[in-house]
Amino acid sequence: MCLAIPVQVKEIKNNNRAVVDNNGVNFEASTNLVENLKVGDFVLIHAGFIIEILTRDDAREKLALLEEFYQKTGRGKNGRE
Amino acid sequence: MAESDKNKIKSLADAIRDLVDDTPITLMEVCGTHTMAIARYGIKSLLPASLDIVSGPGCPVCVTSAQDIQFAIDLANQKDCLVATFGDMIKVPGESSNLGSAQNVEVVYSPFDALEMARQNPGKEIVLLGLGFETTTPLIASLIKSAASSNLGNFSVLPMHKLVPPALKLLVADHDSKLDGFILPGHVSAITGTGYFEFLETAGIGGVVSGFTSLDIMESIYVLIADIIAGRTRVLNNYERVVRKNGNPKAFNLIWEVYEPEDSKWRGIGTIPASGLHIKDKYEDLDANCKFELKKREVEEPKGCICGEILMGRKKPKDCRHFGKTCTPLYPVGPCMVSSEGTCAAWYKYHKE
Amino acid sequence: MEPKIITINHGAGGRLMHEFIHDSIVAHLGNSKLDKMDDSSVLQNYPHKLPVLTTDSYVVHPVFFSGGDIGRLCVCGTVNDLAASGAEPLALTLSFILEEGFELEKLDKIIASIGKTAKEAGVEIVTGDTKVVEKGKGDGIFINTAGLGFVDPGVSISSHNTLPGDLVLVTGPLGNHEMALFKDRENMNFQYSVQSDVTPLNLKVKELLAHTRNIHTIKDPTRGGLASALTEIAQNSQVRIELEEEKIPVDKEVKAMCDLVGFDPLYLANEGKYIIVCPPEETPKVKAAFGSETTVIGQVEKGQPDLILNTASGGNRRLIMMENIQLPRIC
Repeated sequence: MCLAIPVQVKEIKNNNRAVVDNNGVNFEASTNLVENLKVGDFVLIHAGFIIEILTRDDAREKLALLEEFYQKTGRGKNGRE
Repeated sequence: MAESDKNKIKSLADAIRDLVDDTPITLMEVCGTHTMAIARYGIKSLLPASLDIVSGPGCPVCVTSAQDIQFAIDLANQKDCLVATFGDMIKVPGESSNLGSAQNVEVVYSPFDALEMARQNPGKEIVLLGLGFETTTPLIASLIKSAASSNLGNFSVLPMHKLVPPALKLLVADHDSKLDGFILPGHVSAITGTGYFEFLETAGIGGVVSGFTSLDIMESIYVLIADIIAGRTRVLNNYERVVRKNGNPKAFNLIWEVYEPEDSKWRGIGTIPASGLHIKDKYEDLDANCKFELKKREVEEPKGCICGEILMGRKKPKDCRHFGKTCTPLYPVGPCMVSSEGTCAAWYKYHKE
Repeated sequence: MEPKIITINHGAGGRLMHEFIHDSIVAHLGNSKLDKMDDSSVLQNYPHKLPVLTTDSYVVHPVFFSGGDIGRLCVCGTVNDLAASGAEPLALTLSFILEEGFELEKLDKIIASIGKTAKEAGVEIVTGDTKVVEKGKGDGIFINTAGLGFVDPGVSISSHNTLPGDLVLVTGPLGNHEMALFKDRENMNFQYSVQSDVTPLNLKVKELLAHTRNIHTIKDPTRGGLASALTEIAQNSQVRIELEEEKIPVDKEVKAMCDLVGFDPLYLANEGKYIIVCPPEETPKVKAAFGSETTVIGQVEKGQPDLILNTASGGNRRLIMMENIQLPRIC
């Protein structure tokens, strides 16, 4: 229901705005809905607002069911690229 | 797409086929973006025939009632009024027309743009359509707070928000419903947390919070099927790079600072108790329902539309007398046709001949 | 100083109109036929060729956009329509419908752009017309052009001629025109470098046909994009077309914007690209004429008319003609 995509924070401005980048497309987004934002963070953008900060790859916990599945099929531990 | 991801998708498709083994299973996704993604990636072509994925009431725009839309159209046709909306709303029908043919309508990408429009056009009343589920509502709530603190007199919001759980509760309470599990909305969950959907477990039906890549969706279908086959009923989180157990509390709490629940009419489904939101008295100056002399008027909802029953999985589009005749993608009647990949729109596309 | 603007008198047939035609139109577009200022132009005939005629109207907003303007567009659109039949464009007509108040300086820039683009394409503007409508009854400027070209009778290129066994090519990345317009048109604060691809393609078609006539279909995927144009070809030729999603070229920034606002690049408008359908052995010649960005994106098969996309994820889906224009969405 809600189109949101990951983008990277380039610059944090002082008016609750941040410049974000999506593969060469740059725009300002509102930082009103998140806390502890840092330059370089990957964040989720929905309609011009940052709605969440993404967890780093190495900090992720995959579902046990999928861990098992990928181990069984020899497709590696981490489910995603 | 990376070769390794393609291989994973292929193994998941094989594993799903083995698990399902011709058992009839129906999963429902309740997120318009999942609907679109499943169609875009051609996911259904990777699944066994006995596994059906149906689209639930996952498009907050599509379920807006004709009465609410007509009020937005009426406002947009007032002199000195400018209605700002997301593009999704443009073709949803009101009484006899849609916002696309109204006089003063501006499509915005971000609700923030509407606030800017108000600052730049002091002589105009800017009305932002407050659309969306729990993902979008905090954005609008934050704007209402900003507008209130900056005393922007020419800005208001017409709230049309919907909440997800009341609709899901209606679906799971229905004894005729043939649903075996839910693919749960990843971006609503980003705000609300996975706990918000745990009521499903007590209702006896499981679900998985999913992301939106083709691999995310295939993984989610796999874990859901594995649970269904094993007889486990639980809510899992397969979007852990974004979704936390308690979501984004700052955003979620904003909703309840500005809004409170009210009964709300869903197009094609009817009134669902406490499934909508109205703006609290504290912010009534910013509520378009209070601000204008023009008021909502009674508008008859389309008669004979069976979207509600299609969403419940009880009926198919071909059972509807409107389907393909008075209800087409260009002139949609119910939400299943309004959403471009909704059940009826998809049927129209693929079963027309 | 107030900018000079178009008034009702610029279209009224009197002195102002004559001055405008002389100072602006003839100055930028002049040639032996237009300079005569007769009511119509007498053109050369090619007795062994067939005349090809087309027309198109241009209402693009904004009139100046990244990579082009309405003037360049009104030449390219019509020239490319002619060349899609294999014709060599010879002459264009040019009609303006101007809204009272439109700035003369802008109009002059547009006419200069028309002159430059016509020269690039090797066509002449041979006759024209200017009308002015009252303020509020137009959108600044509308342009209509009609084009006349000639095609060799041995060339038969049509959306009805696609055959099973053919390959489908596109001559470059898709969606740049519409995404450039989007950046300029909508007040949306996105910064990116995509430019419109608006370009005349007739000289490339001429080069291609000098090397082979065995080309079945050429079509420009303008409004409605690739998917709508190929649906039409599948219908008209009664064939099944299968596309490979991973082979369809889309620039990184266009893709990024599509993800952000929820657009499908297969439905975005292009103004400088062709879909070319031909037997497999002709594809090197198409690539030689249209350049290194030209890519095979699919193949044509026997069967019920249909357009199928084999997705990058390994699935497939049917593509249909565009039902509604794409608007930024949240769902």
